[in-house]
Amino acid sequence: MSKLNINGKVHSIDVEPEMPLLWVLRDELGMTGTKYGCGVAQCGACTVLVDGAPVRSCSFPNAAAQGKKITTIEGLSPNATHPVQVAWKELDVPQCGYCQSGQILAAAALLKSNPHPSDEDIDQAMTNICRCGSYRRIRAGIHAAAKTGKGVPSVIHMVSAASLLGEGVAAGNNQLASANEVCSSHTGCAQEAQTPCAANGFSSNCV
Amino acid sequence: MNKTNYQVERSIPLSDSVTSRRSFLVNSALGAGALTLGFHVPGFAKDKPKASTQGQEVEVNAWVVIHPDDRCVIRIARAEMGQGSSTGLAQLVAEELECDWQKVSIEFITPGQNLARDRVWKNMSTGGSRGIRESQEYVRVAGAAARTMLIQAAANQMGVSPSELSVSKGVITHANSKRTLNYGSVCADAVKLTPPDAKSIRLKKPQDWQIAGKGVRRLDTAHKVDGSLKYAIDRRAENMLYAAVKASPVFEGKLKSFDATAILKKRGIKSVVKLDDYAVAVVADNWWRAKTALEELPIVWDEGQNGQVNSQSIASHLEEGLRSDKNVFADTNVGQFSQAYAASSQKLEAVYSTPFVTHACMEPMNCTVLYTPEKAEAWVPSQNAEAALAALSDATGLPLEKCEAYNQTLGGGFGRRGGPQDYVRFAALVAKQYPGQSVKVLWSREEDMTHDYYRPIGQCLLQAGLDEKGDLSALSIRVSGQSINAYLAPHNIVDGKDRRQLQGYWPEPGDAQFGYSVSNLKIEYAMRNTHVPVGAWRGVNTNQNSIYLEAFMEEVAKASGKDSLAFRRALLRDHPKHLRVLNAVADKAGWGRTLPSGVFQGIAQFMGYGSYTAAVAEVSVNNGKVKVHRLVLATNSGHVVNPDQVAAQVEGSVAYAFDSLQAQSSVLNGRIVETNFDRYKITRMVQLPKIETVLAPTFDFWGGVGEPTICVVAPAVLNAIFKATGKPVRSLPLQNSGLELV
Repeated sequence: MSKLNINGKVHSIDVEPEMPLLWVLRDELGMTGTKYGCGVAQCGACTVLVDGAPVRSCSFPNAAAQGKKITTIEGLSPNATHPVQVAWKELDVPQCGYCQSGQILAAAALLKSNPHPSDEDIDQAMTNICRCGSYRRIRAGIHAAAKTGKGVPSVIHMVSAASLLGEGVAAGNNQLASANEVCSSHTGCAQEAQTPCAANGFSSNCV
Repeated sequence: MNKTNYQVERSIPLSDSVTSRRSFLVNSALGAGALTLGFHVPGFAKDKPKASTQGQEVEVNAWVVIHPDDRCVIRIARAEMGQGSSTGLAQLVAEELECDWQKVSIEFITPGQNLARDRVWKNMSTGGSRGIRESQEYVRVAGAAARTMLIQAAANQMGVSPSELSVSKGVITHANSKRTLNYGSVCADAVKLTPPDAKSIRLKKPQDWQIAGKGVRRLDTAHKVDGSLKYAIDRRAENMLYAAVKASPVFEGKLKSFDATAILKKRGIKSVVKLDDYAVAVVADNWWRAKTALEELPIVWDEGQNGQVNSQSIASHLEEGLRSDKNVFADTNVGQFSQAYAASSQKLEAVYSTPFVTHACMEPMNCTVLYTPEKAEAWVPSQNAEAALAALSDATGLPLEKCEAYNQTLGGGFGRRGGPQDYVRFAALVAKQYPGQSVKVLWSREEDMTHDYYRPIGQCLLQAGLDEKGDLSALSIRVSGQSINAYLAPHNIVDGKDRRQLQGYWPEPGDAQFGYSVSNLKIEYAMRNTHVPVGAWRGVNTNQNSIYLEAFMEEVAKASGKDSLAFRRALLRDHPKHLRVLNAVADKAGWGRTLPSGVFQGIAQFMGYGSYTAAVAEVSVNNGKVKVHRLVLATNSGHVVNPDQVAAQVEGSVAYAFDSLQAQSSVLNGRIVETNFDRYKITRMVQLPKIETVLAPTFDFWGGVGEPTICVVAPAVLNAIFKATGKPVRSLPLQNSGLELV
């Protein structure tokens, strides 16, 4: 029997010392928030924190974690209140969500060592794979959690139904035409947008 | 079996030459279709709502359940795999229902329930970007019908006419008397009323929408940020067993023998099970133990002739199809291409090629089955829960009525989990050995990438003739490559014509129409199959076909001396919606704007899944390093149910599109070479540019969102590379041209 300190609680386990931490968590202890993605430390879905540092638990023998403090997604914060989790909810970062336990822990570790990261810092630190392609929002979410001012929602340009061609389809049917979030169609939106629009999570520089 | 290297080197139909394995996979994939045919599909109004068995909630109709405290549960039949359509569908129901959005939650129905109720929830299959566009009308009608009944119940209680009542956020108001009733207080009476005739229901116009059309937050995010959401892979049960599987690494090879003696002595190993005639499973008390033992298991495979196949031999096979007269059909043949081409002032010819690519859903293939002789239950990540149910029934031998499948949120789907339910079959076969005990079968990543249904490999010969004015007078497109239908759905091939492989080149409007008007135009497909299984890969054939067409059009535009945008605009003259979205992207991107030194723009347009799309990429190339700085992606999907989630799909499409540029599943000795992320070039965050979404809905049709924009990204990037280097990139992945996405 050996012991692991996970999320502040000590668990007794009886497994081979080489069994990766991931499978101790998932199959022995039933903590399934940590995901299996590749088994070769490439995708980061299995990321946990060991003494605060991000570790790919699929390739990390459980014996190496003994005597250390392990943090999994289940123990990152009470009620998902860590700034990264809060930002993830505000920006609807996850799509399928499967990689996000690992993304969130990697992001939390980044912000601990670098509270105000640049885009480049984020790109260097965040090597976890997301197949849904939520990368843009992960980057924005980290900025939002770090309050760098660059945590903007998606850049959406709305083009009204009647514009560009004067096509006579469904005239007047642009449901958004009366709302403030619409950006009218004009050349000049060419610069990268960073200023959030008022409503509904829209962001556009062409209002 | 055919004795050539190419087992599907055969005439259509395939029925006389399919292997037993393919046959069961196809049967499983078709299972849901069989359900469709076998059961009456009534309208919602004919379905009898089921009385509540727990609590006091009331099922007003199949889609809407209301609690006495006004909480509103909206039922969802389509799978949720990240695309967000469960939130979008709930918005559409809630919009017509006029309930309080803050009190809405969603509940996924099961295929067993759907079957037991004469498929009241209709099609559960989720693919082809159909989740919303194919069900939007009947779910809105259901929401409106429920509202009508709730209002009638309130009118009855108040003793007034329903026409005197108004409703907002689930509160029904009688203005004259200032009386109000909540949905929760009238739902029990409402369910006793006769549902209205669906034909009498008038749906709201989009300009009147209050919930739909808005970028509301997703309903399913909270459990994805604290690890509490249970995917199928997370299924836990008392005394659960775990199995790792390995199938013949050479497709269509057979399992000859294995020697389990040594591994059965290892800790936790329970048994070694043969699966059909080509795979083996190791069962243990922990998945890592099962997988580790499986790696040590001596297995002898019968690889057959396919063990000789490699990427080079496949390429030669496809190359033959570029100019052959054999097994070719023309889907479009207007004017006289040959004469016009011969008479043209300037001729261009190019061959493009695209490789096999793999899905690599983040959650590897898996399924948990609990089997007893009386009942079989499966916890699955399926894009078609009814097909999963059929596969479970098929593998266990139990009738459908004794089977149930609980579809969980999928850790990615992308088309991999929509057709063959091979992962369900494997789990059922193992679980049948352990009655009463749950068995989780999980594929390793290596197994997942070795046994995919890959995006079909293809080559394309394009020829263009320009007249003396530099206008495009003749165009020929000959696609040679593998057919998805031949592998998975031969019944879709009519008269030997597999039109699906020409997706995006179709002349007819509606789903994936070719936008350019060329007076002498020929578009052909030469089916050239291989032994590698193929299937739908998010965006399916629009991905390859857009690259062939749009990259070649850039070569033609350059030869004509015209601007890329102006050249395309002139050719789109007869297709205003194609033109409009191209104009929109050019406008928002600032086509032709002054760019930093070394940065170049590329543009592309294409249609798929009922939506019109276009892209502008801004790219630099330095010493072979390709950096995409900015992508502006435009779509006209007709309607926009949730702009924030449409943007999420558009942004997300870039990941798969970059795979299109840099990834490949190559073949050596009959098997896939790239079996994990260390060798397979998968899109990473550092490669992602700034992405802007242009939404240009015209509100006169319903198009899809999950797939369409993928296909315009790669050609827009390729066209920018062409501008930067002066050399067209014709062979993918980019590494073939000494280029690398950074």
